[in-house]
Amino acid sequence: MGAAARCRHCGAALGDSAVSGFCCAGCQAAFRIVRGLGLESYYRKRVLDPRQRQLKPEPAAPEDFTAFVSSEPDGSHRAHLMVDGLHCAACVWLIEQVLARQPDVTAARINMTTRRLALAWKGESARINELAGLIGALGYRLVPFDPAELSRAASERDRELLRAMAVAGFAAGNVMLLSISVWAGFGEGMGPVTREMLYWFSALIALPAVVYAGWPFYRSAAAALAHGRANMDVPISLAVVLASGMSLYETATAGRYAYFDAAVTLLFFLLVGRYLDSRARSRARSAAERLVALSGTAATVEEPSGARRMLPPASVKPGMTVLAAAGERIATDGVVREGESDVDTSLITGETVPARVFPGARVFAGTMNLSGLLRIDVSGAGERTLLAEIVRLTEAAEQGRARYVAIADRIARAYVPAVHGFAAGTFLVWFLALGAPWQAALLNAIAVLIVTCPCALALAVPVVQVVASGRLLGRGILLKSATALERLAAVDTVVFDKTGTLTRGTPELRMDPEVSPEALAAAAALAGASRHPLARALYAAVPGARAPAGAEEVPGSGLRLATPQGELRLGSRSWCGVGEGPADSGDGPELWFRAGERAPVRFRFADPPRADAAAVVAALRARRIAVEMLSGDRAEAVRAAAEAAGIARFSARCAPADKTERLRALAAEGRRVLMVGDGLNDAPALAAAHVSMSPSAAADISQNAADVVFQGAMLAPVAETLATARRAQRLVKQNFALALVYNAVTVPLAMMGFVTPLVAALAMSSSSLLVTGNALRLARRRGRWISSST
Amino acid sequence: MDIIVYLIPAALLLGLLGLGAFLWALKSGQFEDLDGAARRILFDDDEPPEPGDDRGPS
Repeated sequence: MGAAARCRHCGAALGDSAVSGFCCAGCQAAFRIVRGLGLESYYRKRVLDPRQRQLKPEPAAPEDFTAFVSSEPDGSHRAHLMVDGLHCAACVWLIEQVLARQPDVTAARINMTTRRLALAWKGESARINELAGLIGALGYRLVPFDPAELSRAASERDRELLRAMAVAGFAAGNVMLLSISVWAGFGEGMGPVTREMLYWFSALIALPAVVYAGWPFYRSAAAALAHGRANMDVPISLAVVLASGMSLYETATAGRYAYFDAAVTLLFFLLVGRYLDSRARSRARSAAERLVALSGTAATVEEPSGARRMLPPASVKPGMTVLAAAGERIATDGVVREGESDVDTSLITGETVPARVFPGARVFAGTMNLSGLLRIDVSGAGERTLLAEIVRLTEAAEQGRARYVAIADRIARAYVPAVHGFAAGTFLVWFLALGAPWQAALLNAIAVLIVTCPCALALAVPVVQVVASGRLLGRGILLKSATALERLAAVDTVVFDKTGTLTRGTPELRMDPEVSPEALAAAAALAGASRHPLARALYAAVPGARAPAGAEEVPGSGLRLATPQGELRLGSRSWCGVGEGPADSGDGPELWFRAGERAPVRFRFADPPRADAAAVVAALRARRIAVEMLSGDRAEAVRAAAEAAGIARFSARCAPADKTERLRALAAEGRRVLMVGDGLNDAPALAAAHVSMSPSAAADISQNAADVVFQGAMLAPVAETLATARRAQRLVKQNFALALVYNAVTVPLAMMGFVTPLVAALAMSSSSLLVTGNALRLARRRGRWISSST
Repeated sequence: MDIIVYLIPAALLLGLLGLGAFLWALKSGQFEDLDGAARRILFDDDEPPEPGDDRGPS
């Protein structure tokens, strides 16, 4: 019975000081809500997912969601919220049921794929705050979003492809039925009248389908031709249009061969590939958007009248006053007007030690306010803020990379002229040299176009991409860019950022045998009252520690608590009355604890590397991939992390521009660099690298700039992604080779005029099945670079 | 063989019905959340409160 040691609501391991089966009062309250509504079977049905956020309710300040509510004239309101912390379908059920049992809620539905909650209710629009508070009390986190802002274009494209695929599938099935009758008829002596009638029926089905379902290809081909380029869609469009036109001509003139079946089945196969590809990509993209939305926070704006409201950061105007409570992310750039606090700037500078701020100091969006309430005057957008500068650098770097051409398009550039040359040659030889009638010559030329038609070639890449991105998605790795896999496969150098990438980005207490257990327990309990990262680390180091009531936090200094045995103090060196001693060697951040008049105790912290950092670096080097580290942090901290991870080349105190400079230098040497980074200061470097990855805890601009986003506390996804990319690239090449062999056999046959519609259809389908089957091997085989990562 | 004059249109009509049904389902958003729909059927919409759970704290 493991249940005895676990919290009955959130499932966390229990310490000694637990409240009768619960880890905290919040979980107990959540359990009461669920039980009060008679939904207790939730606890039996659910399956907790260790990768998800724990179901622990946070005593957060009530948020105001009313800015995100859209109201109808009849008094009903709607809101869209993103739900964080869904573990399984039972969580969806629980949230929907809890909301549905509120008398004024008319609809509550969660889309499990996108993790979005659509909520509708009658009455007051401000009721959203109570409803959201109820879900928050269960331990889920809700984030409002504007449904119009999320990628509508991508989902519209998915739907268009699915509709086209349905139409093409319908047409392909029915035309094939008729065609098989015709083929059978050649042997059974079908009369020309019957055959003609079957052809007319085929034309009736195929022509509208070709016009409708071929649209995505025609559009892309036209766009490519308008830019004077050729892509795979050009030969596809040409073959489909020519085959349909020629077949119509054959039908009208009572000819023997029509290619309607070839035209529509070709479209159908290609659309299947396109749809799967597009869907896999939009799933990864929507997961990435979700991560970004969850890390972004709404800004609390204070009106001159003193009233407060929540606004999305994008609609905060210069001149407004924004509040940032202790423990909140600062939503906009600005200048502190009032308040003192410590600010964690690790996302921006890579520095792990928090910086002190006071009135007049600049603060930046994305940094974390740790200890005191700040009133911030919002500075003008487009001003010389750090953020604006980083966005500019990122955009400049991105433009340089947009020139990458996908391998399929590179092949198309050589392939298209060759195919069209063969077809034209076939026509000319038959018509001029062999004296065939022009219809027969054209028919043979079209047969060449159809059998070469890059069915296999056009499927070779997308199918591998779908399988690879599906495999990676299952491991929490999101491929955002279509060409990321190809670029990853070529990587020969990996550059890591330090804080938050190679390390976990959160300090950890270094256990010191000189510190007595009693002092540690007392200090950890006191630390529970603060949001300061060092205090959180100390608190987390002692399981079951409970924050005492009455602790007072002095921003920039520390905590104090009056007890009968004297005052307890936890904080900086001077706060605990310790002079600058010889022990101050400056090796990492520290906290001091003083109980009454006893001697102060020192706690030291380190930012430990991710558990598998050294193993990943070793695995990369075993594959002859050079590894480097660029960090904005202090030299000693960087050296320590580099040594722990086994990285020989590193540089410290890098500004964003220094990082891009180094990447340019590597590129100039002919290296293909994978940049892995998380901070705002890494965003330009991420965009400048050949290909880039970013952990999901990264700043949103970095996640946007990165080609790949990975989740979890491990670094293994970097090696995993590179391994998958290399295997995918091998399979793509094999598929191209298969397609070329197939073409080498069928093209001469077609040029000699041996290819009838039956042969064309068979050859095409079998080659498509072959490349698809080959691509599926990627999902099955597990060759790992790191053997014991789990 | 005249029968195919009826047979083919009949087959096409049925096929078109299927296609229409699919396009309608697509349009009405039934393909938006395939993961959720697959698991939703495992849960009852309204469950009576469970009688006498004596393990819970009061």
